[in-house]
Amino acid sequence: MAAGPLADVTVLDLTHYIAGPYCTKLLALYGAEVIKIERPGRGDPARHLGPFPGGVPHPEKSGLFLHLNTNKQSVTVNLKHPRGQELIRALVPHVDVVVENFSPRVLPSLGLSYPELEPLNPRLVMTSISNFGQSGPYRDWKAQDIVIYAMGGAMNLTGLPEREPLRLALNLMAYQGGNVAAAATMTGVLGARRLGVGQHIDVALMEVHAGSIDRRTTALLGYQYTGEPGYREEPTGIGIYPSGVYPCKDGYVQVLVFPQAWERLLAAMEMPELASDPRFADPLARMQPENRPAFLALFLDWLRRHTRYEAMYKAQAQGVPMTAVNPPSAVLEDPHFQARGTFVRLAHPAAGTLPYLREPFRMTASPAVPLQRAPLLGEHTEAVLQRYLGLSAKEVAQLRREGVV
Amino acid sequence: MTTLPLSGIRVLDFTVVWAGPYATMMLADFGAEVIRVESLQHFPSTTRGLMPRPPAALLASATHLLAGYPNWEPGARPWDRHPMFNCHARNKLSMTVDLTRPEGKEIVRRLVQCSDVLIENNAVDVMPKLGLDYETVRRWKEDIIYVSMPGFGHSGPYRTFQGYGSNVEALCGFTAVRGYADLDLTSTTAVYYMDAASGAGAAFAVLCALHYRQRTGQGQFIDFAQAENMLPHLGEYFMEAAMNGRDLPRLGNRHPAMAPHNCYPCQGEDRWLVIAVASDAEWQRLCQALGSPPWARQEKFATLAGRLKHQDELDQHLAAWTSTQEARAAMAHLQAHGVAAGMVFREPDAYADPHLNARGFFETITHRECGTHRYPGMLWKMSKTPGHIRQPPCCLGEHNDYVYRELLGMSDEEIARLRREGHIGDTYLGV
Repeated sequence: MAAGPLADVTVLDLTHYIAGPYCTKLLALYGAEVIKIERPGRGDPARHLGPFPGGVPHPEKSGLFLHLNTNKQSVTVNLKHPRGQELIRALVPHVDVVVENFSPRVLPSLGLSYPELEPLNPRLVMTSISNFGQSGPYRDWKAQDIVIYAMGGAMNLTGLPEREPLRLALNLMAYQGGNVAAAATMTGVLGARRLGVGQHIDVALMEVHAGSIDRRTTALLGYQYTGEPGYREEPTGIGIYPSGVYPCKDGYVQVLVFPQAWERLLAAMEMPELASDPRFADPLARMQPENRPAFLALFLDWLRRHTRYEAMYKAQAQGVPMTAVNPPSAVLEDPHFQARGTFVRLAHPAAGTLPYLREPFRMTASPAVPLQRAPLLGEHTEAVLQRYLGLSAKEVAQLRREGVV
Repeated sequence: MTTLPLSGIRVLDFTVVWAGPYATMMLADFGAEVIRVESLQHFPSTTRGLMPRPPAALLASATHLLAGYPNWEPGARPWDRHPMFNCHARNKLSMTVDLTRPEGKEIVRRLVQCSDVLIENNAVDVMPKLGLDYETVRRWKEDIIYVSMPGFGHSGPYRTFQGYGSNVEALCGFTAVRGYADLDLTSTTAVYYMDAASGAGAAFAVLCALHYRQRTGQGQFIDFAQAENMLPHLGEYFMEAAMNGRDLPRLGNRHPAMAPHNCYPCQGEDRWLVIAVASDAEWQRLCQALGSPPWARQEKFATLAGRLKHQDELDQHLAAWTSTQEARAAMAHLQAHGVAAGMVFREPDAYADPHLNARGFFETITHRECGTHRYPGMLWKMSKTPGHIRQPPCCLGEHNDYVYRELLGMSDEEIARLRREGHIGDTYLGV
């Protein structure tokens, strides 16, 4: 069986919701053993967020939780109970990594801060993910995804000039935070293995997005360079067109045609004669206010006669960057992802069989481990406590009676 | 100086635009020696700017995403002065070589032999055409880690498809789920979330492979399809489609399980405040922060279900309040009451922000072609091996001397010849 590149890495996972669990999901997919600590009874709050089959909440059927927690083991521990805190401290010497995304004041109040864990395992890499970081005046401020995008990201550049700024998909700030935290954690692990140094890593979602290559850092530096702030632009540029989202027979396509792709677009539209039409012969002529609508009328008429996939295939056959605009449900059926087996069907005792996404990149020498369904709440409590701490079934039962696990 | 976690790891960087360079930025920030392999004969579009020498017409109409040169002046060396490049190129080295000539390929071969990682994010046919595909490169260095990150990956029907980040995002569902609820999708403006996701994902991929090589001595090829790396970030939308056969509606700035959850106008031009209330308790705190006005005490707003149902009215009341407020003060006031609220930061707000400044997010550097400015800094903080901007963004060919003389051991005569022959230089030739 494939062991994955991180087969020798053990992770104590104190995360919940999205950013932290996405980080540890990535580590687990590439072979790390991830021990996810959940609160007894309710578990990870993501278990109570949808989507649910039929919209009916059930802690073992949350689509969000099922997606984020593949390949992990679930152990319930009451972190507010002193004996629960002892169990965590007892596990720390056995692991390479702790990942957590509590509010910065929580773990210190439980006696589980990095300075308290470091003596137990000097090579420990502890990654803390939070909205605003472990220090600074906003440390204890509250945020949701849209707040992070507003304060950290390029929300001021997203949307129409005359309208309010817009968010992206619901949880992207958190996902990207987890993604960056996985890279940060592995940087820490390499530091531990290569230099013998353990340490605390502070990932602040606000900074992840203030440092995002999605327009934000260019705009920040552009402001430094020019003295002028950025602004929201019209969806289609004046000079570079067609660009943006256009309607077609059964939906929309997205296209971006730089001048060098102009003749290829005409070829895709089967109107090569337009290349010698004086209205469109060169980029300057195409920019003229009377010529631009004339071309767009021809383009829209061509699109109206094609479905989004027909238009995409015809354009791509000529090397024009045009793609279908798919709703998520259509992505599940897309022929490319079907051919690559991007979605894998997995059975789950409560939620049934559902499509799950395969690993995000494919390693040839050390492939990701096979996808495994998310754990039931507390499914691995006994096994983990017995294996790592040598507790007997009787001792675990006693802890259970005391409300520790 | 502290040894950094990735010190001693050499990365040959053939990346372009944003996605690949963002990955190598993270590796360079924490100690890897990243060498950008560039060519005087080839100007990759949207990398060191849109064009090597942009015409005045472009400059007149463009934003700083496209043309934000210092003081809006491209200067004699525009390729060293573009923010779309200089925002990620710190801590990296730049060397030049003409990859299309056999001698250039021989130089790359020798560089590969003293490197650990090769990373590229070109269209799938680019590296094979240059004779730099994985099978060739691994013959030069068996344990090389080779990360190739095209939009759609190395197999499947879209393998050769052309696409910028915004195109791939559209195909993958990211475009259809955002946008104004009252407008159709043609109002959607382009974002480049995929570039950010790919950068972090590819850095993680390199680190996983380095970890594996450390244990086993084996290198490998990584097929990094940028689309597949990003798809999990929409996981709950795919689950909704699979579980219930439907797509979540586009909601503008609203949320299916929080209300209020929107972006509200404040005093002044283009000033906005977002407010996101996740629970009934947080709603009560918001009411207190507003001074418990009669409208807010209405029973219909007391529960999430009621607030979701009466959202239009709720938003009108809140917008009426925010319109009288200064955005930063309103943010601080609501946060003091434990309400998740944030001003929409424009660029000057970020540079003036007490939190980002207290944490030292921006770093001041002097760049020989641009002067002294404050740059966005590290993506994360490490307690024992902190990252910093140790070197300014690399100018084209700035480190040729180091690469040719120190790494490849070439003599002055050889270097002079390579310079005459157009391999070594700092200015684009004929493009």
